[in-house]
Amino acid sequence: MDMFEKLKILGESAKYDSSCTSSGVDRKGGNSDGIGSAASCGLCHSFAADGRCISLLKILMTNYCLYDCKYCINRRSNDVPRARFSPDEIADLTINFYRRNYIEGLFLSSGIIQSPDYTCEQMIEALSILRNKYKFYGYIHAKTIPGADPELINRLGTLADRISVNIELPSQKSLNTLAPDKSKSSILLPMGHITNKIKENSYEIVKYKAAPKFAPAGQSTQMIIGATPDTDFQILRLSEAMYGKYRLKRVFYSAYIPVGDQKLLPPAGTKPPLLREHRLYQADWLLRFYGFKAEEILDEQHQEFNPLLDPKCNWALHHPECFPVEINKAPYEMLLRVPGIGVKSAQKIVTARRQAKLDYADLRKLGVVLKRANYFILCLGKRAEGLIVTETGIMRQLMSASTVKDLEQKGGFEQLSFFESEKPASILPALPSLPTVEDAVKCLTGEM
Amino acid sequence: MFNGRDVVYCYDGSFDGLLCCVFESFVRRETPLGVVGGAQEQLTLSDTLYIPTVPERAARVAAAVPKKISPHVWELIRIAFLTFGEDKDLIILKYLQKGFKAGEAIENMLADDTVNALNKAVLHCTNEAHRMKQFIRFSDFDGYLAAVIEPKNKVIPLIADHFTDRYRNENFLIYDETHRMALVYQSHMAEIVYDISFELPAASAEEERYRELWKSFYDTISIKERYNPRCRMTMMPKRYWGHMTEFSMNEFAENDKKSAAESLDVKQPLPPDVTPE
Repeated sequence: MDMFEKLKILGESAKYDSSCTSSGVDRKGGNSDGIGSAASCGLCHSFAADGRCISLLKILMTNYCLYDCKYCINRRSNDVPRARFSPDEIADLTINFYRRNYIEGLFLSSGIIQSPDYTCEQMIEALSILRNKYKFYGYIHAKTIPGADPELINRLGTLADRISVNIELPSQKSLNTLAPDKSKSSILLPMGHITNKIKENSYEIVKYKAAPKFAPAGQSTQMIIGATPDTDFQILRLSEAMYGKYRLKRVFYSAYIPVGDQKLLPPAGTKPPLLREHRLYQADWLLRFYGFKAEEILDEQHQEFNPLLDPKCNWALHHPECFPVEINKAPYEMLLRVPGIGVKSAQKIVTARRQAKLDYADLRKLGVVLKRANYFILCLGKRAEGLIVTETGIMRQLMSASTVKDLEQKGGFEQLSFFESEKPASILPALPSLPTVEDAVKCLTGEM
Repeated sequence: MFNGRDVVYCYDGSFDGLLCCVFESFVRRETPLGVVGGAQEQLTLSDTLYIPTVPERAARVAAAVPKKISPHVWELIRIAFLTFGEDKDLIILKYLQKGFKAGEAIENMLADDTVNALNKAVLHCTNEAHRMKQFIRFSDFDGYLAAVIEPKNKVIPLIADHFTDRYRNENFLIYDETHRMALVYQSHMAEIVYDISFELPAASAEEERYRELWKSFYDTISIKERYNPRCRMTMMPKRYWGHMTEFSMNEFAENDKKSAAESLDVKQPLPPDVTPE
């Protein structure tokens, strides 16, 4: 089988893995032999037609697999063409792509052949050729093989910059039904092992300059969304725990795309729940950069995201007591909670207001987007001039352009009532009850 | 302190020359109407004043900026000089006039028009430099790597360190078609060359093979259920596609072949897949 065919098959099998980041480690080449470097911000070298970044050569070593996980395209019982790269081929392809600046490094994962240990050894072989023969200083992300010996995972971790264990599905129950060969403990055990190893290593490299670095860019994981009945709240709480307890750098969510007909799964032709995935990422950002807790975003009574509003707007509408905030006085943490103001804008505001009092024109100059923020802020004690505060007006501004368009087409604005009282919200904040999620979903998607 | 005056400063287009304009404006206690560098012929009703480049004067300004304002502002000014805005020279001059008055605090005066204009230009430039790090595509010619770029700003000085470090044991060339300048790295020595022209030679069979492998990988990795061309265009503006392996090069050639095969009419080159931004 020639290289073209192999790359097609093994790229195809790897593409459903959503993580493709190359960030988190800063490594200069200096005067050393070899090739490559790593930038802590990461570099996306291209973007595929689906808008996803291509940073790494993302391939499987092989898509032959002993396991039969129902959601996976490479499951044993699936009839797809199979292929296998040799360690040399992987290293050679990586270097040649890297020299041409196509990629930032390698993302290597694999189906399980012979045994988890054997598979892991083969991956280690490929990475050692890259690191030792070619003296490759670029980025490597390796996926651990579930069930492989911890000692092998240690070796993998010293060769790779980031390693990941996929949690696959958000709950034990879902795993039992869809991935009978995997269990929650078989996933969390190596994850915990890696967490400890990274922590241990952080002491070692302080003590010994030459101590080998273990996964310097940390650990990440991924789960599939929409293949199982788990709720958004359960998922978000799980992520929060993984960021906290396991010190993960990233949790990735991947909208389930039907890969063949399976009784237990959504049928082929079901659209991937992209909006839900998008909302999860928004909430994920709130957890990591905005100081939110999972319980603030969703709770036992509201287990699903509001499809019409992003989680931050949703939170703001439910906490009228916190607004409006005065731009010139509010603490940084509070600025971050204003819909429309992100980390960059908040930082700029804090910097600029040291020199001068800011008004609305100044905010625009700083590049702060006021479309949504307007309703939640005061500048020098005043609201923006000409701001008309009506029920639908606010909703229009708070929703994304595409949501507004969808609603208009379906005539949804008249049907939806976002507020308990019918009178216009003349003085903000005097808001709301939850939008009726069921209605909203119907409005948005027709039949979902 | 500075009076606006109906005069346009002309200088030789070098960075030192611009610093001399700043020097002159302090001597004359005035803010000119415009500052024009290089060979641009200026059609103007105002008086023009030619400012000669005097290395000692430039050196005095160069020493004063980091000391009296801040080292960070010095960096900003140097990047601002690489930007492409028509009035960039005047903005730099005004920024320094304000900076010498306000000192380090100028960094935080984000709502000031001059500061804002300079910061925006610098951001555009550093963003473009970052995109170049992402989207430059090299080709291998007998072990020598070469790439052509078409940036709006003169980004080469900003990306030189990145590529000389990454490809430290290679020999390579990055040619900036817009500004006819190039970064040449050979036997571990880097140099920026001006006023040259360069064209990529024909690719070898092996080079073609890797290009094809990359294109095939690029097409494979996209998930068709998630097709989202707008997102792709936001992240990777079409302006850059022309020099990228995954879009250009053979694709145009193939389109040409196809159109020639389909009709025996006079061969018309298909419109390229690249629209100016």
